[in-house]
Amino acid sequence: MITIAGDSIISSLGFTAGENYRAVASGQSGIRPCSAFKGLPEPLVASTIDRERLADSFATLCPRSDGYTMLEQAAILSVAGAAAQAQVDLSGPDVLFILSSTKGNVHLLDENEKGFSPEHLYLWHTARLIAEYFGNPNEPLAVSNACISGACAQIAALRELASGAYSHAVVVGVEMLSKFIILGFQSLKALSPEPCRPFDAARAGLNLGEAAAAIIYSRVAAEAASGVALLRGAIRNDANHISGPSRTGEGSYLALNALLREAAPDDVAFVNAHGTATAYSDSMEAIAITRAGLGAAAVNSLKGYFGHTLGAAGVLESVISARALASETALATHGFKDGEKEHPLNVTDKNIHTQKARCVKMLSGFGGCNAALLFKNIKKE
Amino acid sequence: MPLLVRKYCHIANREVRVNGEAFPVAESDGDGKFLTSLYRSLKIDYPKFFKMDSLSKLGFLASELILRDENPRFAPREDLAVICFNRSASLATDALHQAAIQREDSCYASPSVFVYTLPSIVTGEIAIRNKFFGETSFYVCEERSAQQIFRTVRHAFHDKATRAVLAAWVECGGETLEALMALVDTECQAGIPLEEFLRGANIA
Repeated sequence: MITIAGDSIISSLGFTAGENYRAVASGQSGIRPCSAFKGLPEPLVASTIDRERLADSFATLCPRSDGYTMLEQAAILSVAGAAAQAQVDLSGPDVLFILSSTKGNVHLLDENEKGFSPEHLYLWHTARLIAEYFGNPNEPLAVSNACISGACAQIAALRELASGAYSHAVVVGVEMLSKFIILGFQSLKALSPEPCRPFDAARAGLNLGEAAAAIIYSRVAAEAASGVALLRGAIRNDANHISGPSRTGEGSYLALNALLREAAPDDVAFVNAHGTATAYSDSMEAIAITRAGLGAAAVNSLKGYFGHTLGAAGVLESVISARALASETALATHGFKDGEKEHPLNVTDKNIHTQKARCVKMLSGFGGCNAALLFKNIKKE
Repeated sequence: MPLLVRKYCHIANREVRVNGEAFPVAESDGDGKFLTSLYRSLKIDYPKFFKMDSLSKLGFLASELILRDENPRFAPREDLAVICFNRSASLATDALHQAAIQREDSCYASPSVFVYTLPSIVTGEIAIRNKFFGETSFYVCEERSAQQIFRTVRHAFHDKATRAVLAAWVECGGETLEALMALVDTECQAGIPLEEFLRGANIA
């Protein structure tokens, strides 16, 4: 069985998984008007990491901190946080590092950015810097699969551990904002000028977010397992359009269907959707969830707390969802008030107590890719 | 279960080979762009090709070279995964987007360029063309590591729905333009063992 041995989140809401979970459970959002990026044609509302706190925290961890970008610092800090919980020697040959990011250090392409070699632009280099920081001898994996990267990295971990190749996998998802990303999303007209409202009838687009999140997965004997396990995951494509969601939610439905072959929908405590709060993507997910027989399940989105953290989202939202599952809670969907009549769903508007043992994490991304993960709270069975 | 390569192709140095045999590319009299010449040589009609960035064009053309004789063609399937690897992700297109936004006093970001600043779009383009509803994944590694590609492709069969993988190294950056793509099919009886194929020092 593959279980969570340690977790961590660095975000606008805090620098540990516990700090972030408590903020979410008490209804706090990290989304604010943001003036840190100069020369934007439209104002930005986003969830950003406190750079000063990040630099201070990293300097405490690593006194010789000048060789690392802010993104690398956030990733290393989050792995260190997860490692502090797990009884795992990350320098061991039975540990594999897996990085998830869509754009890594892409801000270094800006001609005004100085001080780092061009190698920092490559995701394999970032992955290697993180693994080497912890003295790990294995070549790490770097996943870049659009906005489902964080789920793909966990599926890669599940496969590596299930095959017996490694005993532990460190999955780290990280994304920092830059004008590269912000101006791109503004050109797509995808951003909301207000804090986002996932699944709400009046939703007006997404907010971007920064985060680093880490999960250490360990392979343990079923009888000794405790906490939350990752049971399975699936990736499916819409085969429809590179930037528009499928009208039938095809890939998302197929990914859910692949998970639920062995789990009755009645066992699902909640479905943590991608829920970006863009018009078409939320509707697409509603169609997929209903088609998969999960129409009666509680559905939530965490984007109203953290924004869309891109390559970090799958890891960050899995950390929060796994903690919610262990706390027997389906978390409220921040920003949600009134649902859509056309695609009715049981979206949470407050925290709900639940005794059920499983939860589903969904993600979708450009290129028509979709992923779903199935987690189980072991002590419930 | 042995993983066998049923068909493969290699695009490098303006040369194209399918299962080791040269595939002739007629230099068109147009702009002299190699990928456009290859598209024309394939005699297909797929206008979306011209909207793609170079990485997607390259991966798309490699998939066409392998799949063009499949029968049935374009039958929707969920049992085929598309898994690509490369060194520099979408860096070539990233540079185009960056050039558009570099000036402080202007904003020329183009959504049709920005969408291609994700390397995994190439897997989506192949899925759309062929109605592949299966897994699509993208990994970034320093070099074409036989060990890493073999392991990742083998692991993809952990998904019980997956029966075949279209696996590729597709690199497009600076002077380099290279695609090495293989159709790994659990239902084929004869083929090159994938591990051997990936280790082959001089793949024609």
